[in-house]
Amino acid sequence: MARTIQIENVSKMYRIGQIGTGTISHDLNRWWCKLRGKPDPYQRIGKVNDRENSGGDYVWALKDVNLNIEQGQILGIIGRNGAGKSTLLKLLSRVTAPTTGDIRVKGRLASLLEVGTGFHPELTGRENIFLNGAILGMTRVEIRRQFDAIVDFSGCGKYIDTPVKRYSSGMYVRLAFAVAAHLESEILVVDEVLAVGDADFQSRCLGKMEDVSRTDGRTILFVSHNMGAVKKLCPHSALVQHGQVTLCGDTTNVINAYLRGKSENVRRRVWGDNKAGNDEMELHEISVCDQNGSFTSALATDTPLKVHIRYTLKKPVYNLRVVILLMTSDGTEVISSSDLMSDVNNQPRRTGEYISTCSIPAFLLNKLNYTIGVEFEVPGERSILSGNTVNFEVSELTINQLGTTNAPAPSGTVHPLLDWEVKAA
Amino acid sequence: MASINPPTNIVIPESDLRENKSDWDLVINAQHNLLHIPFSEIWRYRDLLLLLVRRDFVAIYKQTILGPLWFLIQPILTAVVFTIIFGNIAKISTDGLPHILFYMSGITCWNYFAECLTKTSETFTANASIFGKVYFPRIIMPLSIVVSGLLKFAIQFLLFGCFIVWFFATGASIHLTPAIFLFPLLVLIMGMLGLGLGMIISSLTTKYRDLRFLLQFGIQLMMYATPIIYPVSSVPEKYHWLIFSNPMTAIVETFRYGFLGSGALNITTLIYSGVVSIFILAIGAIIFNRIEKTFMDTV
Repeated sequence: MARTIQIENVSKMYRIGQIGTGTISHDLNRWWCKLRGKPDPYQRIGKVNDRENSGGDYVWALKDVNLNIEQGQILGIIGRNGAGKSTLLKLLSRVTAPTTGDIRVKGRLASLLEVGTGFHPELTGRENIFLNGAILGMTRVEIRRQFDAIVDFSGCGKYIDTPVKRYSSGMYVRLAFAVAAHLESEILVVDEVLAVGDADFQSRCLGKMEDVSRTDGRTILFVSHNMGAVKKLCPHSALVQHGQVTLCGDTTNVINAYLRGKSENVRRRVWGDNKAGNDEMELHEISVCDQNGSFTSALATDTPLKVHIRYTLKKPVYNLRVVILLMTSDGTEVISSSDLMSDVNNQPRRTGEYISTCSIPAFLLNKLNYTIGVEFEVPGERSILSGNTVNFEVSELTINQLGTTNAPAPSGTVHPLLDWEVKAA
Repeated sequence: MASINPPTNIVIPESDLRENKSDWDLVINAQHNLLHIPFSEIWRYRDLLLLLVRRDFVAIYKQTILGPLWFLIQPILTAVVFTIIFGNIAKISTDGLPHILFYMSGITCWNYFAECLTKTSETFTANASIFGKVYFPRIIMPLSIVVSGLLKFAIQFLLFGCFIVWFFATGASIHLTPAIFLFPLLVLIMGMLGLGLGMIISSLTTKYRDLRFLLQFGIQLMMYATPIIYPVSSVPEKYHWLIFSNPMTAIVETFRYGFLGSGALNITTLIYSGVVSIFILAIGAIIFNRIEKTFMDTV
């Protein structure tokens, strides 16, 4: 099968921090080296893209990336935030050029890094369709031919002669995506744009993209944090880690590898010397254990869980709330809860060490991988500490309320035991 | 579609599979040519150019009552203010021309140049949000500014034409000279000059914003160094070299000579203006070309 995109040893270096007075000395130094025919002195010191590792003025957002994409393929690109996915798409979209390496493209490439690029609030929907279409690379004839289909897809027909500044945000996004969905390019590069819009519209967009690829043999590159969408749309995926494509192949395998990598330190995280905290507090431990206090046992849906959060307050905090956010591993938020209702509330929590414990009852969770994020906050005022997570897997389904099915697990992010009553009516 | 067999391995940087360069439509890398103007691409995006011009035009007078009339009111008001301040109070000579006509001829030209310059100088910073998300030949943006500036200039020029007819009918001492045939050339030179300078400034401000502060002041200064509010004849002979080193001087002078018959035609200075504007445009294109690929990283 014909290859449409060939990415060869592509690297991209970025400067960290602000551009200011220090930059000009680097620029002069670089220019001086170039004048003497020497290589760029700053390209050597760039660090591999690793956001935990600080230090150094330059970083390789991408380093020696090689990737070939065949015609008609829908390739998902997944990876953590900051792994380099968007940089890769930016290079492909020619928003910026690679520092080294070549990307070769066959056919017209349209990119969709954002919906509604260049929408002008004062112009009407109709005018914006033409403007946006032209920015994305369509000619006026093409847009005119597709115009009715675009309006139809967006469902904004009634408002098409109203300035888009009067649109609801949903309509705005729908119209913008509708234009993009009707691009007539051989290759479409899509970044996390589906995160906007409601579920119904999202599934329509995915359907449209699938359609486009199947019927017209178009190539699609799709970046998303929504593993469900990637799984649904892309038979193949590439995993980007620390600025490198580390794995490429069947989507299920790639997603599994990605999730495994993500949940390395699982149900218990203890902060020792490597402290998590600030001048107000320090977080020592987050753990998820079963009724016997074990961190390592296999969990089933009939296991009641306890989430322990151990921390020290260095200053008294009034109205502190310890919040947990339970998410599935693809980031879907399931439950949030806090120690608001506990006894210590409504009085200042004095300095000292505390353990906040949250009980998750049996028969609530589904057979899934979950993540728990912990945040310390004073509601409506400030967030004190956030972003620390633990992961756990509920690996066994004790009662499947759907009975025996083909699916490995009942659908849904939770599977609580509900009461049913059946009567003859 | 040829076949739906999925490729088993997609990471194959095998050199034997490397295809002939000519097979590819597009190669993306860090290289750039010194002076490369993508004419075929500009042509392909011509609709975008026109739509951007339309946007500039339409968006400006949305939600106004007078709408496009503002394009006419602005130069008239400026001319009136100049007439009162420079003509009647400061009593600066206008070479025997009616004040309004004299000032309007200068303002019409100057506005076009100044607009091209200020707006193109903001190309990168003002459009960073668009440039950061989608590719199209970057040069389209400044070109669209020059074209929409040209339309505004045309409207204001028509107004100026009406004033000429009116004053001619009421017997003012004005007459057209054959130099009006140089008019398209004048417009071209002004456009090139504004575009070139604007591209230089916009490219230089992507990384260091310092120039931006100078621009506003610089344009004002340059206006006073151009015979807008005074005729060249009122400048002492020994300073002529200075005033004519400004490429806009010859343009405004020729414009006035052509349409109002005042002053004189000086071909040498006009050629000088043309050469300078081509030179500046070339420099602008080179710098713009150099910066456009990676400016998103620094803007």
